Amino acid sequence: MSRPPGAELMRDPTPDGRFGEFGGRFLPEALVPACQELEEAFRGAWADPAFVAEYGAILRDYAGRPTPVTECHRLSDRLGVRVLLKREDLAHTGSHKINNVVGQALLARRMGKRRVIAETGAGQHGVATATACALFGLECVVYMGEVDIRRQALNVFRMQLLGAEVRTVSSGSRTLKDAINEALRDWVASVETTYYCLGSVMGPHPYPWMVREFQRVVGEEARAQCRQLLAGADPDVVVACVGGGSNAAGTFAGFVDTGARLVGAQAAGGAAIGHGAPGVVHGSKSFLLQDEHGQVSEAHSISAGLDYPGVGPEHSYLASVGRAQYVAADDAEVLDAFRLLAETEGIIPALEPAHALAWVVRAAGTAELPAGSTVLLTLSGRGDKDAAEVMELLG
Amino acid sequence: MSSRPELESTLRSRRDQGRKLLVPYITGGLGDWTDLVRAAAAAGADAIEVGIPFSDPVMDGPTIQEASMRALAAGATPAGIASALGRLDVDVPLVVMLYYNLVFRSGHRRFARTIADAGVAGAIVPDLPVDEIGDWARAADDAGVATVLLAAPTTPEERLSRICDRSRGFVYGVGLMGVTGERRSLSAAAAVMAKRLKAATDKPVLIGIGVSTAEQAREVTEVADGVVVGSAIMRRVLEGGGPDEVGAFVSELRAGLDRERAASA
Repeated sequence: MSRPPGAELMRDPTPDGRFGEFGGRFLPEALVPACQELEEAFRGAWADPAFVAEYGAILRDYAGRPTPVTECHRLSDRLGVRVLLKREDLAHTGSHKINNVVGQALLARRMGKRRVIAETGAGQHGVATATACALFGLECVVYMGEVDIRRQALNVFRMQLLGAEVRTVSSGSRTLKDAINEALRDWVASVETTYYCLGSVMGPHPYPWMVREFQRVVGEEARAQCRQLLAGADPDVVVACVGGGSNAAGTFAGFVDTGARLVGAQAAGGAAIGHGAPGVVHGSKSFLLQDEHGQVSEAHSISAGLDYPGVGPEHSYLASVGRAQYVAADDAEVLDAFRLLAETEGIIPALEPAHALAWVVRAAGTAELPAGSTVLLTLSGRGDKDAAEVMELLG
Repeated sequence: MSSRPELESTLRSRRDQGRKLLVPYITGGLGDWTDLVRAAAAAGADAIEVGIPFSDPVMDGPTIQEASMRALAAGATPAGIASALGRLDVDVPLVVMLYYNLVFRSGHRRFARTIADAGVAGAIVPDLPVDEIGDWARAADDAGVATVLLAAPTTPEERLSRICDRSRGFVYGVGLMGVTGERRSLSAAAAVMAKRLKAATDKPVLIGIGVSTAEQAREVTEVADGVVVGSAIMRRVLEGGGPDEVGAFVSELRAGLDRERAASA
């Protein structure tokens, strides 16, 4: 019997942190020992049943896991395909980001670090990090681009309520890319006492791998829930939005060895896979939007969470071996999808997963997603944070 | 082109004559930068580091970030800077500093050839640590370009010796935990870094990052063979200083280093 597709995919990276040719650890020397130490700590923790049990208990009792899978009856009728939503919007703090930060905050505590720094784009990772730091009594500093601070004012206030210091980043494009630069600059100076809680499956080894492992719970739950709903079958297609790609990585990890097609939905103005070329920024090699000389381009999207010119290295690898397909949705179709889900299902999605829904709407009934097929979509976060911006855009 | 001297032999022979080494940094592509390089050379630099600006300089503080952004806005490109370096009439070794994506995008061999053809003696790629250096180092070695590696205060001993072994030209010791930028006083980490590197290698040991004044340069070269000074120069440039100001400041650094030599002789 032939092995299922992808049975060897989404396991451990090579010892030098590679997924195929992608990944690695491209960092200033000052930070390399810290990443080695982190890798060792993560390996130890993830193999330690006590750590895994505590992580699982916090996700259950504090973060509200497992999150449900919701069957969208009215939307399915409208589109002619059966749509299931993995409801990460119902996790504590309103997005999947909590899964990763609980894992990393436990790791920070285990490593004896009392200060945590993070970058944030849409603010969801910042809010989640501030939440975990409040829970564990850790000092928290969040770097956020000036542009994002303006469009995500509510999340800024939430982080402050949770006791975090939000530092405005005014360099470069003043969005997520620059917030990461600034967090790295902080870390170069503070690495001996500070834990860098990266929010997505990007950055230097071991982050892409570690964050995927902390998000794996999304895909593993969804797979079991789908099998229950679908009489033991898997969905035909699994789709998730991709900025750095953490919710997609966690989701795909649960389905990579099934027959399901995997689709990552990027923002049209940030589609590193498709419009980018291999490059190295923020510690790893991956597809990257850049000019002919290698200067990193600025991404453009209404969604602050997808406003990033790179993508996690494992996604570049999954694309290069053909196991996952990466598509793009533009701002207009995303806004339509945002409204459609609100009107048909009573769920206001975050703008990020609205990209995944926009692709479903576009593909439904075509060869991409034939009528009658079943699609699981990870609804990575709720849309409250975006309501004010969408209100402005819809005028 | 170029009859400019080789990096390591130049620095070694000057050091062995009892001279403390001075490597000023100038951001390439910014205004009259080639005149600044000439002025620094004339004022007593032993080699000159020229920054090729990058959009996301994570090892750099506000001063060099600003210089890089202005240079990029003015249209600076790696090829343009290399070509200007090729025409530059200075007789000290030139070293380029740039982030890895610029090398990677160009292609290792092509980039190594481009800068070698421009008479550039060495390259510093601060986000390419010793573990990831393979492809670039082979291309650079083949082209005759010295790859200068950085060692940091957090680098453990075993790594430190690997870095010293693999570094060419000199070893660049990071003088503090942090990004480039001026500091009021020299970090205690600088002397520790210098001592560790001097114990590990016979190659020239230069300390950079957080060395901002003649006095700090003199202090750190009590142990180190020399210094790299960047932000203190580029701040003067950003404030409108031209070749005269840069030349005067480099002379001041030179005098600080030579005073130390005279005192200990």
